[in-house]
Amino acid sequence: MVDLSVNFAGIKAPNPFWLASAPPTNSGYQIMKAFEAGWGGAVWKTLGVPVVNVSSRYGSVNYRNTRMMGFNNIELITDRPLADNLREIEEVKKYFPDHAVIASLMVQSKAEWHQIIKDVENAGADGIELNFGCPHGMCERGMGSAVGQEPAVLKTIVEWVMEAANIPVITKLTPNVSEIIDPGLAAYQGGSDAVSLINTIKSIVGIDLDTFAPYPVVDGKGTNGGYCGPAVKPIAMNMIKDLAQHPEISKIPISGIGGVETWRDVVEFILLGATSVQVCTAVMHYGFGIVREMEAGLRQFMEERNYHTIYDFAGKALPNVTEWKHLNLKHKVIAEINEDKCIGCELCYIACDDGAHQAISLSGEPGNRIPSIIEANCVGCNLCSLVCPVENCITMVKTDDGTEHLTWNERTLNDDVPVTFDDDRAGGKHHFVPKPTDALKYK
Amino acid sequence: MAEYKRPTSEAEFKKNFKQKKPLMNSTEAFYESSRCLFCYDAPCVQACPTSIDIPLFIKQIHTDNLTGSSKTIFDSNWLGNACGVVCPTGVLCEGACVYNHQDVPPIQIGRLQNYATNYSIDNNKKLFKPGLDNGKKIAIVGSGPAGISAACELRTLGYEVDIYEAKEKPSGLTVYGIAPYKITNEEVLKEIDYLKNQLGFNIIYNTPIDTTEEINQLESKYDAIFLGVGLGKTATLRLKGEDKLGVIGAVEFIEDLRNKRHKLSMPKNVVVIGGGNTAMDAASECARMGARKTVLAYRRSRESMGAYDFEYDLAISAGVDSLFNAIPVEIIGNVKVEGVKFAKTEVIDGKLVTITNNEFIVKCDMVIKATGQAKQGMFYDLISGLDLDSKTRIVVDKDTFQTTNPKYFAGGDAINGGAEVVNAAYDGKMAARGINQWLNKE
Repeated sequence: MVDLSVNFAGIKAPNPFWLASAPPTNSGYQIMKAFEAGWGGAVWKTLGVPVVNVSSRYGSVNYRNTRMMGFNNIELITDRPLADNLREIEEVKKYFPDHAVIASLMVQSKAEWHQIIKDVENAGADGIELNFGCPHGMCERGMGSAVGQEPAVLKTIVEWVMEAANIPVITKLTPNVSEIIDPGLAAYQGGSDAVSLINTIKSIVGIDLDTFAPYPVVDGKGTNGGYCGPAVKPIAMNMIKDLAQHPEISKIPISGIGGVETWRDVVEFILLGATSVQVCTAVMHYGFGIVREMEAGLRQFMEERNYHTIYDFAGKALPNVTEWKHLNLKHKVIAEINEDKCIGCELCYIACDDGAHQAISLSGEPGNRIPSIIEANCVGCNLCSLVCPVENCITMVKTDDGTEHLTWNERTLNDDVPVTFDDDRAGGKHHFVPKPTDALKYK
Repeated sequence: MAEYKRPTSEAEFKKNFKQKKPLMNSTEAFYESSRCLFCYDAPCVQACPTSIDIPLFIKQIHTDNLTGSSKTIFDSNWLGNACGVVCPTGVLCEGACVYNHQDVPPIQIGRLQNYATNYSIDNNKKLFKPGLDNGKKIAIVGSGPAGISAACELRTLGYEVDIYEAKEKPSGLTVYGIAPYKITNEEVLKEIDYLKNQLGFNIIYNTPIDTTEEINQLESKYDAIFLGVGLGKTATLRLKGEDKLGVIGAVEFIEDLRNKRHKLSMPKNVVVIGGGNTAMDAASECARMGARKTVLAYRRSRESMGAYDFEYDLAISAGVDSLFNAIPVEIIGNVKVEGVKFAKTEVIDGKLVTITNNEFIVKCDMVIKATGQAKQGMFYDLISGLDLDSKTRIVVDKDTFQTTNPKYFAGGDAINGGAEVVNAAYDGKMAARGINQWLNKE
């Protein structure tokens, strides 16, 4: 029997699907609707001194026929009075006592932090999330990512918070740093009960080609926004992995955020060590109902593998994420084209010939558009299998027998790596490369 | 059992002759264009007689560069808009689309093409300019797709171009001979105007060239002459009773229909004779005009019909009945046609044999002969040294489209005996280049 419930740093929720602090959590109305739809928790849109927003706030990156592959916003924290939000928190908790309601907070002085923590605790919040992430607007005023980018400042504020807080505290990190470990460690050392990441990435999603203004355009001008949506998921996963593999930071739970939309995304985040996920863009795109697919998929995944709780597989991918130098240089795969499935688009051919290693040839016979792999030239880069538009048509087949294992690290220790510019041990030494003038043969 | 009610108004006519390939809206074009895989050495391009860079123009639609997209199309095919609509795309570009190999619907290339070209035509985007005047003049006989295409190409090369057209409208069969559910006259003429406005060739209407004097005048006034004369009237079947009232050629019937539209009087029972695409069009048109019974009669089997499968299917779906292995032996009636007497046929040792003892009559009030058009043989006799092949087609060099009389070039139905608009458009363009090459060699 699958049990999706979580206990995240003491915050209990019926499942790990939480709404991130964002426009979908602006009001009690939205959060009650979300809980009805199946969400297990919600991080309230950041509370603080209410702001004034601009009109025209969101921008999008569409790819091919996919809308909002990437999404950005220049909206600030809540523009509603604190009292209204607190009253609604109380009301939501009354109707949904078992769901997680977490108050995202962003204020400036120690006194303000202490005051607002007391306020949200009194309202019945189950936890606090510190917004050290917003990379637009608020950071200009010394808050949001301005804090997240300065580990020392971040740690100090976490310490202020921990002095006052009686409920679990999550520190939300900005990805707009060169090394996520630095703020992550500062949060841990400041005493934070958990971390969540990533907040949005500084971005310009597009320029209007008529007015030359960046989207979203506000009266002919624009500013950088915070980027999120499916496009940022790979960045989020790498940063989650960095923290989950860290010997100290990994002692506190991680709430994963960034492009989560499907059950697969959820499972991947959990495999990398997250024990709750937070979602915004998918809800802004499809509404709260999107959680149905996540929950059904996660349950199915767990049932098929006999996992009782998400903790049974949390972090299971972490041992397999290593450094390049520990990868097996003896592992070989080469591409194989399934001729029955091939539709003859020849994208694999041109991708390989122009973009990779000239390891695919065309038949040369009229009417036969099925390319073939030149096994001797194939380095097993995967490119052809990635561009192939047909499901399971090009597969990468293992050709080594699995008995040999040798890494760069081991070769380095054995003094068996190329060291001079013309070293005989160069990896590409005996590899086929066409003559430059072969490029002109069709002219 | 007709599925269409007799159209009594323009609106009803339009309903019955609903466009087979309606113009896409921007949302449909956006999603459809997103599906193109941008194949290498794309099969669709190979399948296009004019080799339009299809993946490029589709990508340009998707990136909202409609002007650039239509430029890509017109660069290869001066009649890019007409071809997008009337081309048998199912057997050309769309038939070659790689998606077919995985039972995924192919990209709707024809409709995307029209989406782009329509944009430029409707917004009068100036894509082309005449070349620098080179002082030379070319005459073109016939303003069908071959002639128009040759004219456009010649103008870009700096030639002055006069087109002599026997009828009162340009475009040849595109206006007079294509089924109304494939393209409207308005759409055909719009494209010709668009090209004419940019490139400035002259069309002299109602001016058939049919005397030696006129030929001599052309030869003295012009540096080269392009023949885009197409085919003539429907050929005779040499059938007893063929002269009866109500026996009409398919080309003439379609021309009549395109002009009179819902006002065309349509008899109740029709027999259409023939197995080519024109027969399918004519039969389908009769059904859409509300004929109670339309019988499509072909002397051989369904499999040996020259018509494309999709054209046959279209006729059947319009309510047409078919009769195979039946050859007309006589058209019966007094003054007016009352029926067609058929004999059954059989193929024995590869030869079509008529079984004489088993004749039967199909009653009808109209017979449409879709058995091929006559060639312009009489006209060709006016030109000295013009070689024709055994099927009365003008013989041309396959690269330059020059005839055996070096001053003459030819293309379209006159050289291929009757093919698609796209073939004519290609011929005209290549012939223009042939003319340019020849005039610059001297």
